[in-house]
Amino acid sequence: MKFAVVVFPGSNCDRDMFYAITEGLGEQADLVWYQEADLSEYDAILLPGGFSYGDYLRSGAIASTSGVIDQIREAAEAGKPILGVCNGFQVLLEMGLLPGAMLPNKHLKFMCHYETLTVENSDTMFTNHYSDQEEIDIPIAHGDGNYYCDEATFKKLKANNQITFTYKNNPNGSVADIAGITNEQGNVLGMMPHPERAVDSLVGTKDGLRLFQSILTHWRDKHAIKA
Amino acid sequence: MPSKLEISPEQIEQQQLYKEMGLSDEEFRSITEILGRRPNYTETGLFSVMWSEHCSYKNSKPLLRKFPTEGPQVLQGPGEGAGIIDIGDEQAVVFKVESHNHPSAVEPYQGAATGVGGILRDVFSMGARPVAILNSLRFGSLKQPRVKFLFEEVVHGIAGYGNCVGVPTVGGEVQFDNAYNGNPLVNAMCVGLIDHKDIQKGIAAGIGNTVMYVGAKTGRDGIHGATFASEELTEESAEKRPSVQVGDPFMEKLLIEACLEVIHHEALVGIQDMGAAGLTSSASEMASKAGTGMLMNMNLVPQREKDMTAYEMMLSESQERMLLVVEKGREEEIAEVFRKYDLEAVSVGEVTDDQRFRLEHHGEIVADVPVDSLAEDAPVYHQPSKVPAYFKEYQEMENYVPEITDYKETLKNLLQQPTIASKEWVYDQYDSMVQTNTVVTPGSDAAVIRVRGTEKALAMTTDCNSRYIYLDPETGGKIAVAEAARNIVCSGGRPLGITDGLNFGSPENPEIFWQMEKSVEGMSEACRELSAPVISGNVSLYNESFGGQAIYPTPVVGMVGLIEKTDHITQSHMKNADDLIYVIGETKPEFGGSELQGMLEDRHFGKAPQLDLEVEGIRQSQLLTAIQQGIIESAHDLAEGGLAVALAESLFANGLGCEVTIQGDRTSALFSETQSRFLVSVKPENQKAFEQQIEDATLLGKVTGDGVYHVQSEGETVVEEQTQTLEQLWKGAIPCLVKSKD
Repeated sequence: MKFAVVVFPGSNCDRDMFYAITEGLGEQADLVWYQEADLSEYDAILLPGGFSYGDYLRSGAIASTSGVIDQIREAAEAGKPILGVCNGFQVLLEMGLLPGAMLPNKHLKFMCHYETLTVENSDTMFTNHYSDQEEIDIPIAHGDGNYYCDEATFKKLKANNQITFTYKNNPNGSVADIAGITNEQGNVLGMMPHPERAVDSLVGTKDGLRLFQSILTHWRDKHAIKA
Repeated sequence: MPSKLEISPEQIEQQQLYKEMGLSDEEFRSITEILGRRPNYTETGLFSVMWSEHCSYKNSKPLLRKFPTEGPQVLQGPGEGAGIIDIGDEQAVVFKVESHNHPSAVEPYQGAATGVGGILRDVFSMGARPVAILNSLRFGSLKQPRVKFLFEEVVHGIAGYGNCVGVPTVGGEVQFDNAYNGNPLVNAMCVGLIDHKDIQKGIAAGIGNTVMYVGAKTGRDGIHGATFASEELTEESAEKRPSVQVGDPFMEKLLIEACLEVIHHEALVGIQDMGAAGLTSSASEMASKAGTGMLMNMNLVPQREKDMTAYEMMLSESQERMLLVVEKGREEEIAEVFRKYDLEAVSVGEVTDDQRFRLEHHGEIVADVPVDSLAEDAPVYHQPSKVPAYFKEYQEMENYVPEITDYKETLKNLLQQPTIASKEWVYDQYDSMVQTNTVVTPGSDAAVIRVRGTEKALAMTTDCNSRYIYLDPETGGKIAVAEAARNIVCSGGRPLGITDGLNFGSPENPEIFWQMEKSVEGMSEACRELSAPVISGNVSLYNESFGGQAIYPTPVVGMVGLIEKTDHITQSHMKNADDLIYVIGETKPEFGGSELQGMLEDRHFGKAPQLDLEVEGIRQSQLLTAIQQGIIESAHDLAEGGLAVALAESLFANGLGCEVTIQGDRTSALFSETQSRFLVSVKPENQKAFEQQIEDATLLGKVTGDGVYHVQSEGETVVEEQTQTLEQLWKGAIPCLVKSKD
């Protein structure tokens, strides 16, 4: 399976994502510079964390208007798995591929530490290696991770099973402890915690690796049917 | 020669305007001699920044020569942007520490942020990818509102910059003492990794080659920053806020990626960052090192503001700028690399053969000076030194041993002293994990990052107990190096070398100069004994605040060590119930400069703890061997607060308890700060092997699973408390002080 890690100016978790795929998962990945991207040849698209365009204006806002965005939209429509982590999640929100918006953390400070997440929906292409209500430990590292949506949007998220991960101890003030959500079709996941930082027990837990394994399993299943 | 509005050379001399720029009468005379005429305004500016202490080390040079700087592992010693040490497999580690004390005192957010930016550039300008940031911070009492503000904003600034550029802030130290009330210390250290073949130098070689300017445009910020950093803080210092630069970490991130790409381009000849004294220092140093000259056209320098003079451009310390020398005719190839990152690389001058440093502006030559006179010919001062009266008094004092009646209460109070208390409030704001190499995150003795693709890892730490150095600079200097090495060893590493961040008061005060001299001698001796040469460093003097109150002498040691195999990585927290607890090294009643003394007496006096470097070296090497043999579960050095505090800290992470018996005087056993001691835990099955390997280890007791911290002596309970209760106090102290409104 071939993953594209889209690199914007200011992305800084791009290499981490690359290693999570190549060393953690053992699949192919390319770092794709946003101006030179041809995403059509990839099976999944990963938007890494960091500070694209310095987070100037709003986190993810400037990246969401850059040239590569149309291709990301096309891939989303085509049903390809798209994962946005941290700043990547913020970009997906700014693009409107996912509903809601990101506010500064409740205590207005950047935070970096492990958090316990609850898997709210294990029936997605990103979570099929987890079980429902399973607790996993994955690091967060963000200043603007306070997820906000209005009541109507929240009801919709809930009704469609779009809430994928929640925080056990809400660190940032997010609505309903939300840590990650998918789109209605379930092929676009945005999450603030960093699964790519949790793929090797030497530097933490391996709880994030199963997210990437889930994507691979889903792709293989789909591929097998096609074949 | 000068433009119409400019002050004439005669006016500079007659009105002694050079003094405002920080030059003395003698220095001005010497410049006049070098040039054979009076310098114009721009030239006076060039000399004033290049001859400032910050750039020339004119007061500290004679001392810096005492440091051992060589060793088989050293690839690059002091003199370039950062030092380089071989770690095998054609790879090397690059590191340096730098201070940003004065800017942080007047504008803490930007002062600290640009401190991080500057040290990153020192490292990536060598061709290395920055892989870790550490810091060493000193503040006054958190009970003072201004100190609280400085503390919060400095941490915020480090986080704001470091997090954005994607380099993990993995460790450091924060200490608090009234001595820093008016003058905080903000030292940042950067560690980079490099392949030998990629090592760059900041040289302007090849006559006719082109000088290119890359990065942010030049503005009027930071003009005379280096001069500002070389004088005492005064009540007027607040007016120097415009001397403080403003950082743009996004620009820095682009520069990092572009520069690490451009170093592989064969048309690149030399590269250096524009740090202190901006364009002046980078350009003149590059030419001076290559034995060439340089002609720059100031009209070509990218400018952020209108009508900037050559003086302003040359002295600006605008951030995120690099200077490159590239092969003539291949400028476009280099510019192309930067264009990918939306950065402009502009030709601003050429390398000449005349060893002159010449600047052209609006068609006129506005400066023409011998290039070596700026970079090499700064005066060197051998300041007089005098043994301070306080030192003699302290040495003659009777040994101070505090009287303690309630050991539990004392331990609880110690755990809440800001210097000892958990720094989680600080490091939680730093991204310590980006790059996914951080094996040991902040909070242990040293931070550890793996070297991807190898079995190796790097341990790194910053240390300096300035109270000991104040009491006895020579012994304190030794202790600073030894303690850093202890932290590296406890993590499973062998010390490779150090970078020194020398922070002192005014060198013109003979008693302060004596502190500098003695601490450098002590550090040098320890570096030799522990085979850790000094490969880079920084000097920050004139750290005195209103009223001439100098800070404690604070020569920060930044040390990096090599861990041969990731299996050797060891942490300070104890792991399993029933493991045996040992203390390595004997304990003496030593409380001079101790945390306990500060807490009880609100000042520090007496003798510093003694240190025998030979014993230190033997213990470190024995412990490292034991760690490499796999018979050590946890290792922690005994530092501030002594055994009682180290024991508590070792139990917190896993919520364990202990059953420990102490011998002899209880106060000393629990709280003395005798040096060269370690607290380790060992599995019962390794007891024999451990006792054979470590000569002077004393069995204290064992780890327990009940979560109770229990220390007894002669059959009596001395301290009994839930580990969790102690941990809450330890963790809560700093958040509580920051929040309190008094």
